[in-house]
Amino acid sequence: MARKSGKPKAKTEEQPESPEPGHEARGTPGFEIVAREDFSDVTFLLEVRHPAMAKAARPGQFVIVITHEHGERIPLTIADFDRDRGTVTLVIQAVGKTTKEMQQICRVGTALHGVVGPMGLPSHIGDAKKVICVGGGLGVAPVYPQARAFKEGGAYVIGVVGFRNKDLVFWEDKFRACCDELIICSDDGSVGIKGLVTKGIEAAIDKHPDIDEVVAIGPPVMMKACAEATRPHDIKTMVSLNPIMVDGTGMCGGCRVKVGGKVMFACVDGPDFDGHDVDFDDLMNRLRRFVSEEKRAMEKWQENCKRLNQEPYTPDTVAERGGSGSAAAGTGRPS
Amino acid sequence: MPKKTIRTIPQNRAPMPVQDPAERVENFAEVALGFGLEDALIECARCLDCPAPACVDGCPVGIDIPAFIMKIIDKDYHGAYEILSEANLLPAICGRVCPQEDQCEGVCPVGDTLEPVAIGRLERWVGDEAIEKGWSNVPYVEPNGFKIGIIGSGPAGMACAADMAKAGCDVTIYEALHEPGGVLRYGIPEFRLPNDVVDAEIANILKLGVKIECNTLVGRLFTIEQMRNEMGFDAVFIGTGAGYPKFMGIPGESLNGVLSANELLTRCNLMNAGKFPNYDTPLDLGRRVSVIGSGNTAMDAMRVSLRLGAEKVYCVYRRTRDESPARLEELHHAEEEGIEFHWLTAPVEILDDGEGNVRAMRCLRMELGEPDDSGRRRPIPIEGSEYEFETDMVVYAIGTNANPILGQTSNIKLNKWGYIETDENLASSLAGVFAGGDIVTGAATVILAMGAGRKAARSMKAYLGIRDTAAVYLSERSGSEGTLFGIPAAERNFARIRLA
Repeated sequence: MARKSGKPKAKTEEQPESPEPGHEARGTPGFEIVAREDFSDVTFLLEVRHPAMAKAARPGQFVIVITHEHGERIPLTIADFDRDRGTVTLVIQAVGKTTKEMQQICRVGTALHGVVGPMGLPSHIGDAKKVICVGGGLGVAPVYPQARAFKEGGAYVIGVVGFRNKDLVFWEDKFRACCDELIICSDDGSVGIKGLVTKGIEAAIDKHPDIDEVVAIGPPVMMKACAEATRPHDIKTMVSLNPIMVDGTGMCGGCRVKVGGKVMFACVDGPDFDGHDVDFDDLMNRLRRFVSEEKRAMEKWQENCKRLNQEPYTPDTVAERGGSGSAAAGTGRPS
Repeated sequence: MPKKTIRTIPQNRAPMPVQDPAERVENFAEVALGFGLEDALIECARCLDCPAPACVDGCPVGIDIPAFIMKIIDKDYHGAYEILSEANLLPAICGRVCPQEDQCEGVCPVGDTLEPVAIGRLERWVGDEAIEKGWSNVPYVEPNGFKIGIIGSGPAGMACAADMAKAGCDVTIYEALHEPGGVLRYGIPEFRLPNDVVDAEIANILKLGVKIECNTLVGRLFTIEQMRNEMGFDAVFIGTGAGYPKFMGIPGESLNGVLSANELLTRCNLMNAGKFPNYDTPLDLGRRVSVIGSGNTAMDAMRVSLRLGAEKVYCVYRRTRDESPARLEELHHAEEEGIEFHWLTAPVEILDDGEGNVRAMRCLRMELGEPDDSGRRRPIPIEGSEYEFETDMVVYAIGTNANPILGQTSNIKLNKWGYIETDENLASSLAGVFAGGDIVTGAATVILAMGAGRKAARSMKAYLGIRDTAAVYLSERSGSEGTLFGIPAAERNFARIRLA
């Protein structure tokens, strides 16, 4: 059960402290946000106190978050977990109503209405000798625990991370710490190599003909491109899918995806699948399911913000960033 | 009082007041409004108080039905509630959702010549009365130091939790969703089972000292083995339900607009999608909704769609009305509300509008052949009968498979379909771990799940060496013979033997 860890951390990991899911059925105090860091005007990090989950979480798993009582249940991949601090870290991109609202209201000291998980099958960290861990945009965060786990398993890890431009880069230090090589790609060439992450993958494959496995996490279109980039080389490519879901426990079937011609539920059969078998076009179509509703929710929310005289979010409105932000950035690993 | 006979009792059932169909499709208020006292008294007068009541045997939890009815006649309504709640923790719920026609009412001798006594409606009346008056049946409980973990806060889990708490155990229920109640919350809609009723019944469980932890996915946050070995639970009950929706595997199922009844109902009941955008969860409801299947879940999905504003709602079922597994009352209500039933119809393909959404469904007409294993006549396709009809949403309500999470995360033994394997006492392959309800039997009813929860509680008590007798917490019943301090004569000997 314990993560492969270089240092003996047995003391903390095997303490028979009982898990503390930590709140009652009703009148819930929720799950406290202990740190927040804004990487850019759309991307931010929340560190949430949940000791039991920090203990149970493994790379590749996700959580379902409910912001407030009227909120929806949204799946977010666990970007990091710290068993000593008893926290899990989520990196969120503010794109829709719920995530923009989270960006506005989730401050240090406030609480999320619900956080449940870890969900999904953990990534299989096999005995690959040489791997490429690819993260594009928001996928940069969730690929990090996998890169770290491979490193701890003794693999040679090549990180490939892609951003639109230099200003959006985050966690470079964390990746440098666990990757033997790090290739940064940017759309405009302002940092690293100019181009998409597939360019980085090709560069890595050219240099290392003996890659055993590629892990790619990001938007579906990026994962599809990565799978196509590795297919000619016949390198196993795992992707982490992010379909629409409600409960995350296998009950609604909203997250069904086609993999190798079979229907799978991403929440319990995944979220990791072999990228060469995934029907990405099907996934992308299903992600468009609520386009008009999303637009309606967004308009209504913006109107409400205006009426309540709330500033539309800018990074400066998060006054209490200061200390907590740097704490999050320096989150110590348990090993 | 002269003995009642089939000739002397009121010949007709007291009518159940219902909301007018035209009005009720516009709202989520309850359809069946419930008996008033007058109605209840008429209905009680129809009970023959049989010496060997068949209805008690017909009830999965063995409610002493004639006894509670006689209490109502005696105007001792609280007494009626006490009798009911000894056997059934959730009378207001079961009175609404039990398939009584197949249980107590199905074996009522009055039903041989007239309509059977409306036991379910009487049970509901007593349950509602209790909620209104704030009655609860909380016995004196002496803690025995045992710690019990229950997985799932649905009917099976609640029933097991209540029995264990009454026996003096420290009980914690873990629920994966953010609200307790399981299928009572996410599955059964408001107009059939109001959330207030579910809340009231859950409050009764909490009064017994049971703790409910929501947002806790057992198997992933901690495993069953951890509960037993690290967290100090002396016994664990698994009542997670089946809940992994089935699809048919026909072309077009991944189109937008195709979803499971579970998803539709969860979005609407648990997440309040009907109030979008005031609530954040959306629902892409179609104008013409087709629901495949004809069980209670299908009825719920259809009637929810209607209330959310669908113009047309179709039921597509490959057999006929006679084979429909839905509760008769639900079928009847659905018909009244204008659901269009397509019997003997099987879908073969869902068609695309060119943009990844549902445009229409291609179906095949069926006819009934010889009876199959289930005793129902097997539907056989009629060749060349394929036809298309327009629809923009297809909802699957054709049952569920076993949820795989507990199997993935523990060594518990599963059968070949993925359900948890138990012996006749509901003990699983893991020591001290019991299971019951849909996760053992496959999809069934609320009351069967409750019955299983209670049965598992009995086994758990035997396993832990807790003296299992109702006498521990039975309040003294006035009038019943041979009781002393609430302990019936026969039980007194039993107690001595067991305690020695």
